[in-house]
Amino acid sequence: MRFKAELMNAEEMRRALYRIAHEIVEANKGVEGLALVGIHTRGIPLAKRLSRFIQEFEGQEVPVGILDITLYRDDLSEIGHRPQVRETRIPFDLTNRAIVLVDDVLYTGRTARAALDALMDLGRPRRIYLAVLVDRGHRELPIRADFVGKNVPTAKNEVVKVKVAEVDGEDRVELWEKEEA
Amino acid sequence: MRHLLDFEGWSRADLESVLDTARVMREVLERPVKKVPALQGFTVATVFFEPSTRTRTSFELAARRMSADVVSFAAQSSSLQKGESYKDTLLTLEAMGVDAYVIRADAAGVPHQATRWVKGVVVNGGDGQRAHPTQALLDAYTLLEALGSLEGKKIAIVGDILHSRVARSGAELFSLLGAEVWCAGPPSLLPQSLPGARLTPSLEEALEEADAVMALRLQKERMEAGLINLEDYIARYQITERRLGLAKPQAPLLHPGPMNRDVELEGTLADSPRSLVNRQVQNGVAVRMAVLYHLLVGRER
Repeated sequence: MRFKAELMNAEEMRRALYRIAHEIVEANKGVEGLALVGIHTRGIPLAKRLSRFIQEFEGQEVPVGILDITLYRDDLSEIGHRPQVRETRIPFDLTNRAIVLVDDVLYTGRTARAALDALMDLGRPRRIYLAVLVDRGHRELPIRADFVGKNVPTAKNEVVKVKVAEVDGEDRVELWEKEEA
Repeated sequence: MRHLLDFEGWSRADLESVLDTARVMREVLERPVKKVPALQGFTVATVFFEPSTRTRTSFELAARRMSADVVSFAAQSSSLQKGESYKDTLLTLEAMGVDAYVIRADAAGVPHQATRWVKGVVVNGGDGQRAHPTQALLDAYTLLEALGSLEGKKIAIVGDILHSRVARSGAELFSLLGAEVWCAGPPSLLPQSLPGARLTPSLEEALEEADAVMALRLQKERMEAGLINLEDYIARYQITERRLGLAKPQAPLLHPGPMNRDVELEGTLADSPRSLVNRQVQNGVAVRMAVLYHLLVGRER
């Protein structure tokens, strides 16, 4: 793969997440009944950061759960490898809550679809929102995000890499291009 | 790995990955909806040439919890041309589009042979006195829950070691995971050697300072064959409250079931807090879900 451009630096990521945190509280009219659920892998640190921001300006803690969607993927009978199943831990009752699903990149929409099905099996939320740091387009399902850090038009042979300090040692969003085979 | 016949060819990392997946499956079984769509579109057949309601039910529930379709074939093996009838049965199922076969047979080696007859995945549900890998995995999972790790832990297996596929597979797996396995039983029921285990006719030697104790089921056939006398067995090898005192305090007690009450274990020991017998049954479903996931997902169809 070939590096093409930096899409966001650490400061831009922080500002985008800070804005999303405000938008979430505005949409929910406060933090009442609100909870965040991060999708493995990078959705989890992003959800935790959103929760910290909300705590800062609202003074109330918003619980964070973690979700692994592997067992809900729609391609398990086709793919040529076996994805490692990871932990799902929702330390609160989903029923009647407003849930914000958090992921790093929104692309085909298949991960979000799987996450919606997984959440429905875990309880019956009052409402589910979707927050993503980057929306890169090319949807294959009728899914859209409620909160977006940055919209980036991309080509299908490009790859958006979100790096977060908790996992990758730095905060940065990069655009890469797949080499011609 | 393509099949689960025994642990040959399975690395410690492979097996630990299955046990990690089982932990997630355990959590799935505690959800309001105890079912995930992971194996939608796959068909799993349980093919039991030797009857076993418990193991079959456990596998079928595991497959259904993963949204696979399940067909169940229970057959008494005919005494004539066994090889032929095993093969015919499997080829019939193959023609129906089965992706995975869980095979239990009274004759050792049938699951191995099956891999040459069918294209699907084969899981050994217990073959003769040879191997019972999913039982060993659920026992290892249960031990890991209780002990945290098996590294350097002393595990005592007690009873009819000679005829037990549970002892054979358990000794292999627990030692692979770092445990020191001791097998104790009457001299007439001890093999010459058992890979992964130390053998002793002395129950006390096996129990001393053990971190966990596993009793095996005593088969009636062994008594009928004159290999042991029931009263002698109870007098020397029954796990009693007093004998369990030799093991570490709180050392958990396992039994693969079904149990002969007051034979392998004294009185109400099976119902005491240190008994993990019910936990083993619950973990069995989660471990079998993990095995099916590992063998079916990512393979070329």
